[in-house]
Amino acid sequence: MVMPPDEPKFDDLYKELILDHYRYPHNRGVLEKPDVDMQQHNPVCGDKIRLTAIIKDGAISQIEFLGQGCAISQASASMLTDRVKGLNLGDVDKLSINFRDMLKGGKPDEQLMQDLMSLQGVSKYPIRIKCAVLAWDTLQEALGLK
Amino acid sequence: MKEMSVRNDFPIMERLIHDKPLTYLDSAATSQKPAVVIDALADFYRNNNANVHRGIYTLSEESTLAYETTRDKVAKFIKAGSERNIIFTRNTTESLNLVAYSWGREHIKPGDEILITPMEHHSNIVPWMILCNEMGSIIKYIPLDDDGTLDLSNLDELISEKTKIVSLTHMSNVLGTINPIKEIIAKANKVSALSVVDGAQGAPHLPVDVVDLDVDLYAFSAHKMLGPTGVGVLYGKDEVLSSMRPFLGGGEMIDEVYEDRFTWKEAPLKFEAGTPNFADVAAFGVAIDYLENIGMHNVRKHEIDITNYAMEQVKKIDQSIKIFGPENLDIRGGVLAFDFPGVHPHDVAQMMDWDGIQIRAGHHCAQPLMRRLGVSATARASFYIYNNEEDVDRFVDSLKKGGEYFGDASR
Ligand SMILES: Cc1ncc(COP(=O)(O)O)c(C=O)c1O
Repeated sequence: MVMPPDEPKFDDLYKELILDHYRYPHNRGVLEKPDVDMQQHNPVCGDKIRLTAIIKDGAISQIEFLGQGCAISQASASMLTDRVKGLNLGDVDKLSINFRDMLKGGKPDEQLMQDLMSLQGVSKYPIRIKCAVLAWDTLQEALGLK
Repeated sequence: MKEMSVRNDFPIMERLIHDKPLTYLDSAATSQKPAVVIDALADFYRNNNANVHRGIYTLSEESTLAYETTRDKVAKFIKAGSERNIIFTRNTTESLNLVAYSWGREHIKPGDEILITPMEHHSNIVPWMILCNEMGSIIKYIPLDDDGTLDLSNLDELISEKTKIVSLTHMSNVLGTINPIKEIIAKANKVSALSVVDGAQGAPHLPVDVVDLDVDLYAFSAHKMLGPTGVGVLYGKDEVLSSMRPFLGGGEMIDEVYEDRFTWKEAPLKFEAGTPNFADVAAFGVAIDYLENIGMHNVRKHEIDITNYAMEQVKKIDQSIKIFGPENLDIRGGVLAFDFPGVHPHDVAQMMDWDGIQIRAGHHCAQPLMRRLGVSATARASFYIYNNEEDVDRFVDSLKKGGEYFGDASR
């Protein structure tokens, strides 16, 4: 009989912080005259994220998101906007790599991750990883990183 | 609600999921299997295994007999005239692709119309699109009303001399809608269009009589009706099957092969190239016996009762919950897809999993329908003979909890 490798708990996935961001998202909206405006969706589950951002002197000065989807995808987008605001593009890239690595089970840099640490539990749910990275994929595409 | 006393026949019902008893509510995707079917498969491999239609020896004769006996049982199960009309495939999807290929490539011309509905599973959309891309034919849709039933008011205009194929589902795997297929098939027959029914949700849950329906082709999957995976059925009328070209080429389907040409067998073998899935087909015969023993009218009655109870209970949870599909249980099967505003289907399904409840979340392979309903995904519970009121109660309790946990989202 095939059993799951270990028994993750419900709260590992849906941390209080995630639910807060889901219920009361930060930086929700669409910026006027954005430098970048990018939308992506997950064809499998229909989750959608649109990001608009203003880039000044090689750094993200403003960023907002609109989206539709599950708690994980929407909370991840909300946290992303909080975390990348003010960062230069090089740091965003570093953060994005570290974040993806964490979701694949890698050891995250806690100082770098900050609140994003709350999404670490997603790594135990392979089919939900795509929910958590959707906003990051959108950002990377918007910024021409990759 | 009278409980069906069959639950104990299904060994998986003993299973614990996250230390909770299993509540299996995804039978529209695939059904669980009774012990007799599981045992039949192992027994076949232990005692009778040999390739079919080939050897002049005892094992091969037994194996061929098991394979052909199931064909006979399938024919009787859907009241087909003869076992000649029953083709074994891998699943509904392959059956429908077979039709699109073997009938479509033979008969379809540019500008011909193929009529389907907005509630089709991708397997009854994409094969027609592939055919249209190749042959220059056109797909049209019978419109869908907001109550989840087909709008047949313009059917006489929709089905015209240009219509060459009318293909629709017997029962929707999302809305639960049971379509008035007999009426639609009659209209298709009048203009000599090919009538095709996707019976993936029909054969497992409803009494089916293909002769009474007068349908040209009817497709379904064993795995959704207590049988093993890897077996599908395509029923076809004699004259329809003989007007179709072979599907795959190879062993079994040929009559004679020369250096430069070949001739093929009559249906059904014409469409069964290569070694068939005879072991699973043998076990499928046992699944059919099992269903016949219960009686399809009793299966249907049980599903009406449990769906009725589930709809009542879900409505009590929160007024904002929208249940898709018709209210009238005379035209609704045991499928309950719903939208709970603020509570995303994936989160509900994940949360229910911790309570041992297995429901489906997503687009259910029906993206055009999701768009028509204005949602990107839905959560869906679906029922079969082994489900009881207790399953519904656990589902409803968990859904309530989900509302409290995720609800209140400020959108
Ligand atoms: C209505 C309907 N049609 C077709 C299918 C496809 O069945 P299969 O995957 O067995 O080919 C399904 C099953 O998901 C279904 O519900």
